[in-house]
Amino acid sequence: MAVITESTLIKTKTIGKRIFVYLVLISISIFMILPFFWVLITSFKPMEEVFHIPMIIFSRNMSLDNFKAIIDKGVLIKLWNTFFIAFTATALRLFFCSLAGYGFAKYRFPGREFLFSVLIATMIVPFAIVVVPLYIMMRDFRWIDTFMPLIIPGAASAFGIFFMRQYIRSIPDELLDAARIDGCSEFRIYARVILPVVTPGLISLGLIFFMQVWNDLMWPMIILKSPEKQTLPVMLSSLTGPAGMTIYNLQMAVSVVSIAPLIIIFLLFQKRFTAGITFGAVKG
Amino acid sequence: MTTDTRVLTRMKRSWGEVKRKRWAYAFISPFYILFAIFSVYPIIFSIYLSFTEWKGMGPKVFVGLENYRRLLGDSVFWQSIRNGVILFFLYVPIMTLLALVLAVILNAKFVRFFQVFRTMIFIPYITTMIAAGFVFRMMMNMKYGFFNILLTSIGIPPVPWLENVWWARISLSLLVMWAWLGYNMVIMLAGLQTISKDLVEAATIDGANPVQAFFRITVPLMKPIILFCVILSTIGSFGLFSEVYSLTVGGRPMNATLTPIVYIWQQAFQHYKFSYASAVSYVYFAIIVVLTLLQLRYFGREE
Repeated sequence: MAVITESTLIKTKTIGKRIFVYLVLISISIFMILPFFWVLITSFKPMEEVFHIPMIIFSRNMSLDNFKAIIDKGVLIKLWNTFFIAFTATALRLFFCSLAGYGFAKYRFPGREFLFSVLIATMIVPFAIVVVPLYIMMRDFRWIDTFMPLIIPGAASAFGIFFMRQYIRSIPDELLDAARIDGCSEFRIYARVILPVVTPGLISLGLIFFMQVWNDLMWPMIILKSPEKQTLPVMLSSLTGPAGMTIYNLQMAVSVVSIAPLIIIFLLFQKRFTAGITFGAVKG
Repeated sequence: MTTDTRVLTRMKRSWGEVKRKRWAYAFISPFYILFAIFSVYPIIFSIYLSFTEWKGMGPKVFVGLENYRRLLGDSVFWQSIRNGVILFFLYVPIMTLLALVLAVILNAKFVRFFQVFRTMIFIPYITTMIAAGFVFRMMMNMKYGFFNILLTSIGIPPVPWLENVWWARISLSLLVMWAWLGYNMVIMLAGLQTISKDLVEAATIDGANPVQAFFRITVPLMKPIILFCVILSTIGSFGLFSEVYSLTVGGRPMNATLTPIVYIWQQAFQHYKFSYASAVSYVYFAIIVVLTLLQLRYFGREE
């Protein structure tokens, strides 16, 4: 006769708990991944099979036709626009943020604390309050339908400066003093000493900026009017067919083009990306 | 030395200090210049605008507080504020708690494939939101959507995901939770790694069960990080744009999912009521500031 000891009881109890934990994790993960799967299969389907009873998941009629159709609608130029805007905006922001972060972290100057609190306070100003007057300003600048409004006004971000300041603070002053004794100018110290050391931080922050600009909808939708200037999210917003019918299969093909590059970049730099996201929150 | 000359020398000295540190000012100046041009000036301009009647062209007519008076009686605007509050209660408590629980689970030693789970839960965060909104809209279609076909196949009647006022809000909350759960979880994970595991272990040895240890030790220690997540989500629930634009076609049904930011966008860029939109954005900003302060006070109370 088997003797059920107390320890085996505890063991089965913990095994049960662990199975429960895995079930929770797996079901949440499925919910997270399901929409991606749905985007992908729909992007290969003809429209008749998108809404079909019984539901069609895989079929023989799957093809690359939707992708050919969106290439005809200029998806490649929109991919390039999205990339160009996101890349330029990110590069410029990284330059200004690291420069200002260096200024705040490594110099003592009159008004530093005050200027820094002003910087932090600007973070609570929501974009909604500027959007109308900024649009009018862009119109007066004749910047409507150009990439300038998406690159210039946000070229220095308060969050980014805060981020870089925290990062640069950890660099020992001796490193800078050594460069100064060698006769480096202050800007040269930034370019030759600071930048190489903070590259991991720049990558983290750059990934966050790149993703934000790439995915942005409202501001590009207001600014970019002509089809050859649009970004992928703006193209998605305009892909509705006659009489309000949504052409889901084409939309999903464009979605693949918009999402896939980000997923690839994310998977390549996952560690840097999550480091960037948590750095601001936990250290702040 | 008289007081005047002393002040003068001090001023001279600090001016010399400013001159000596001109590099630092040069380095930080781009932010302040850009902020002055592209934020301060527009903000002031829009105060002026909110006291006028202007359709974006032609002369501006000064109307005093008329826009604000109209705003008080604008039921759609107050509906959008109410929607923001409702959305907040629909998803923020559940999402924050779930994110913390998931973080605690993933932080436990025994969980295998930690990286895989973390990646899968996090990846929606980087997705183009308008694309996500459209795919959810497709999957939530009343008749042909994946969710309802799944439900009817196990004998549950179809759910009017996007047709019914409350279901539409729940659906929007689901989309937002899908997108932001991983972000919150990753931040909580990082927070958990800063608190010592010994504390929880000590409590477990003292006879606390995991649930007690969670609420008595983990939650209090994580309070600053939870507060950070909650405040971000508050601002987020009023500022939902892509999600509403794609999932509920800008606030359907009957403005049940209209958020203040979508309303400002509609007033300004669909109806060209620039002055009115400016007034709306001011009131919206004031409400956001008050809510954030209230939360800071409420959460900070016990310290």
